[in-house]
This record gives sequence, structure tokens and C-alpha cells, in this order.
Amino acid sequence: MSASPVSLAAPGTASARSAGSANRRVLPGFRLSLGFTIFYLALIVLIPLSALFLKTFTLTWGGFIDAVTSPRVMASYRLSFGASLIGAFLNVIFGGIVAWVLVRYRFPGKRIIDALVDLPFALPTAVAGIALTTLYSQNGWLGKLLAPLGIKVAFTPLGVLVALTFIGLPFVVRTVQPVLEEAERELEEAAASLGASRWQTFTRVIFPTVLPALLTGFALAFARASGEYGSVVFIAGNMPMVSEITPLFIVTKLEQYDYAGATAIAMVMLLVSFILLLTINLLQAWTRKRGQSERT
Amino acid sequence: MSAAPVSAAPQANAIARGEPPLTPGAITEPWWVRALLIGIALAFLTLFLFVPLVAVFYEALRKGWDVYVASITEPDAWSAIKLTLVAAAIAVPLNLVFGVAAAWAIAKFEFRGKNVLLTLIDLPFSVSPVISGLIYVLLFGLQGYFGPWLREHDIKILFAVPGIVLATIFVTFPFVARELIPLMQSQGSEEEEAALVLGASGWRTFWHVTLPNIKWGLLYGVILCNARAMGEFGAVSVVSGHIRGETNTIPLQVEILYNEFNITGAFAVASLLAFLAVVTLAIKSVIEWRLHQQHSASEQA
Repeated sequence: MSASPVSLAAPGTASARSAGSANRRVLPGFRLSLGFTIFYLALIVLIPLSALFLKTFTLTWGGFIDAVTSPRVMASYRLSFGASLIGAFLNVIFGGIVAWVLVRYRFPGKRIIDALVDLPFALPTAVAGIALTTLYSQNGWLGKLLAPLGIKVAFTPLGVLVALTFIGLPFVVRTVQPVLEEAERELEEAAASLGASRWQTFTRVIFPTVLPALLTGFALAFARASGEYGSVVFIAGNMPMVSEITPLFIVTKLEQYDYAGATAIAMVMLLVSFILLLTINLLQAWTRKRGQSERT
Repeated sequence: MSAAPVSAAPQANAIARGEPPLTPGAITEPWWVRALLIGIALAFLTLFLFVPLVAVFYEALRKGWDVYVASITEPDAWSAIKLTLVAAAIAVPLNLVFGVAAAWAIAKFEFRGKNVLLTLIDLPFSVSPVISGLIYVLLFGLQGYFGPWLREHDIKILFAVPGIVLATIFVTFPFVARELIPLMQSQGSEEEEAALVLGASGWRTFWHVTLPNIKWGLLYGVILCNARAMGEFGAVSVVSGHIRGETNTIPLQVEILYNEFNITGAFAVASLLAFLAVVTLAIKSVIEWRLHQQHSASEQA
């Protein structure tokens, strides 16, 4: 129940131990730690975020609707959410393969590659942004190769897709990897000894096991990409109606001192984030349930 | 491999029944599928991760070592480095203390609303960096809720160092808590209870029992928190005002140089952050290995 969503330990031990601590108020510091937690949370997160809600309520309904449905902002939603969807989908395919290869196969340099997967978490977005832009601009290493094919990446929506794929890369790998590691090989052996081909074992045994994790990774990558700013602004070209992402549009509104407009659009993005957060929580609960029912 | 003893029995049965024995290929893929998948994975990671990383250092050193050193010791770059260090030096310890307190409350006690609290702690991760900056503009900007009051008392938060520090604290808020909560939940509280029964005080129990148990998880959270604190761009960009030599952090300095077409300068400054990222990943791998060891040791016990 209270076991963590991404428990680092074997799930069996956690529940056994929490059942043992029935006299749970033996430990001191409950009021101090919880009090400080709530105080700090309110000060740093809740009060500042409530400013956004307060500001939204000062808008009229008509003004709000106008601000969040103008043609330029609609175009930015299509780009931000569209590219995030495609990017997350690419990450499900390639991230799934990477996770599989890292868990199941042995090859030289595996540990370094495993560590490198987290690069998009560790590399500041501005650095990623200028690196990708330089690579994909017309005389960059990769842009040069693509130019003869008539493919332009930098300063087009395709560039946005590249940046958003980069930024979401670790999510699928890191959610699928532990599930594959914990998956019981005996099930696959059982399937094989019952006469299933390797492909049948994959589609009937392995894929259903990792499906919740794949979906969680997809949602996480999508959520991260839809709000992403730093890595995109350099490569996008930022042309209104064509390659302008929603977070950039918020910044533009702010620079024009249109705080109300910026707030309204931010509210829409926040709403999408909340829905995604809820979806991710449900998916993770499903992953956990799947994992537990398989173990029993 | 290690699965051999388990599969031996059904295999023997199968042979006894006159069915063909399982070949090793039955629980793995043909060699060409393996080679193809490894190839795709490596190509994807090379294209998206390795090449951009190499490009940063290549572009930074392209015009030689002297230009590189000059670019990162130039006064504006230097003040950006100092501001970044200051912001991280404030944000990381504060979020560290919060992370430990939150993990103690959540992992060691049962109370109502725990799941809501967990969701709220994660909130800054699901907010776009731009929105993280926007909320401070709404609070402390001239038209903001506290704007007029701050102006009367001549306090500058927005477009000044305090705003940058606040935005940095916000975006790095969950890191330490997130690492510690699952770790402390899985460890339970038997050891602490034993220490208390033996007469240790609460603080002593924490320092001598809890802290040694969570030190690797703590360090893990801290280095991730630090990497984000030093590298945050979107939120800081909104609240900074981009005053050269005063309110520019390293990522913002990168942006300014890049937009001025000083590509080498931009990559030189960026290479500092890329180096930090590589060091972070290296430390992270070491800690993961230690955590793994600790975990398997506690499983055996």
C-alpha cells in the first residue's frame, strides 16, 4: 500500500517490514519533519503556483478563451503537443530496443552506454540546444549529410522533433529496464518448452509484461517534451505559426508585458500536465499490480 | 547460463516424452536479430547522445586552447560562473534538508493524505520550466502581487539574484526527496527503533543509524539536484532579465554568446556544463553500483 512507486528494494520486504512496525509512533520527529515538509512545500511550491490560479481568476471568461484559442497559440499547441507525441513514440520504439539490449545482451562498452542514456537528464538544455542546432544546421556534421537529400532539420518543425526526442530519451529506457530485469525468465522457458516460437513468446509473454512500463515511459517523455523550452528554442527557428512552441509563446507574451495572456496559456499547459500526471500515476499503479500478480 | 538448473527438469521430461529438447535458441533470439537490435540501439544512441556531446567539446576547442581559456576567463563568463555556483550553493542544501525531512515523515510514519503529499512534492517536475519562472514574475514583478510593496521598500527580487535563486530552488525541489523516500521506505524503521530502545536520542539515532544507511541515496539525489541547479535554463531565463555580468548564469551566458554568433565562446562556456554533466553521470554510475551492492547485501542478510 504505502510501498513506494519506484521501490528500490524487493517489493516483498517492504510490506513485511511495515507490518512489523505496528507501534509506529515510537520514532520521534514526526511533527517536526512533517511540519517542516509542509511549510517548505507551501513556501516554495504551493504559494507561488497559486499566484497563477489567482491571476487566471482576474481574467474574464471571454478574455481567457480568446487568449488560449488565438490562431497563433493554436498553431503552437499543434507543434508542441504534436512533436511531443511523435518524439515520445520514437522513444518507445528505440528506447524499448535500447532497454532490451542493455538488459538481455552482452557487448563491449555496455556499462558506458548504460550511463550515457541519462545524458539528456544531466546535460543542461541550453547546451543540448546549441549542440543539436550546430549539428543539424546546413554546414553541421549531420546537416551536411541531410542537405543533399533535401531534408532541412534546423530551424524547421523537424528540428523541434529532434530536440524533443533527445529530451525524452531516458524516460522509456529507465522505466522499461527494471521491469525487464525483474521479469522471470522461467516464464519464457515455460512458453518455449510448451512449443511457442520465440516470436510468440515475445508477443504473448514478454510484451504484455513490459507494456505498462512502455506506456508510463511514453507518458513521462510526452509530459517532459510538451513543456520543454531550452533545447528547442535554438533549433526551432521560432517562426510564428510554423515553428513556435507553446512555452516560447508564453515567454513572448511576457516580454510584451501581456501577463494575463501568458498566464492563460500557462494555465492550459498546467492543466495538460495535471492530466498527464494523473495518467502516469494510474499507469504506475498498473505496472506495480502487474508485477505483484506475476510474482504470486 | 544461470537458467540451466531450472530448465533441466522440463527438458528431461520432454526428452522422456520423445519431444525434441529445447535448443538454447528457444529462450533467446537468433544471432542476427541480436546483432540487428544492438546495432539499432547503438546507432540511435550515437546519433542522439554521443555525437552532440562530442560536438560540444569539438566546437569549444576548435580555435585552440588559448581561445578556449580566454573565453571562459572573460569577466562576463566568470561572473556567470560565480552566480551559478551561488545559486546552486543555496538551492542544493535547502532542498537537501527538505528532502531528508520529507523522507523521514513519509517513510517512517503513517498518516492521512500521504499520497497527496507525494504528488505535490513531484509537482515542480511536471511544470514547464517557463511556467516555473512565470509564477515568480506574477508574484514579484512590477505588476505582480508583491511588486508594489517590494518597490516601496526598495527590494529587488525579479531580474536580480534572489529571483534566480528562487527559480532554481523551485525546479530542483523534488530531487533529494524523490531519491530518499523509496529508499527509506524499503529500509523500514527497525534499526532506528532498536537504537531508541537502547537509549539513543532521536538526533543521535538519525546521525548514527539512519544517515549511514541512506548516504548513497542522499549523495545520488544531491548530485542530480546540483546538475539541474547549475544547468537550469527556462525558469532562470524568465526571471533573470539577462543583465550581463550581473544576472546571467552559465546557461544564459551560453545563450547570449550563441545569439551574438560567438559560437566558439558559447561552446567554450557550454563545455563547462557538459563536463559537469559527464562527471555527474560518472558519479551516478558509481553510486548506483554501491546502492546495488548494499541492496544485495541486505537481501542476503
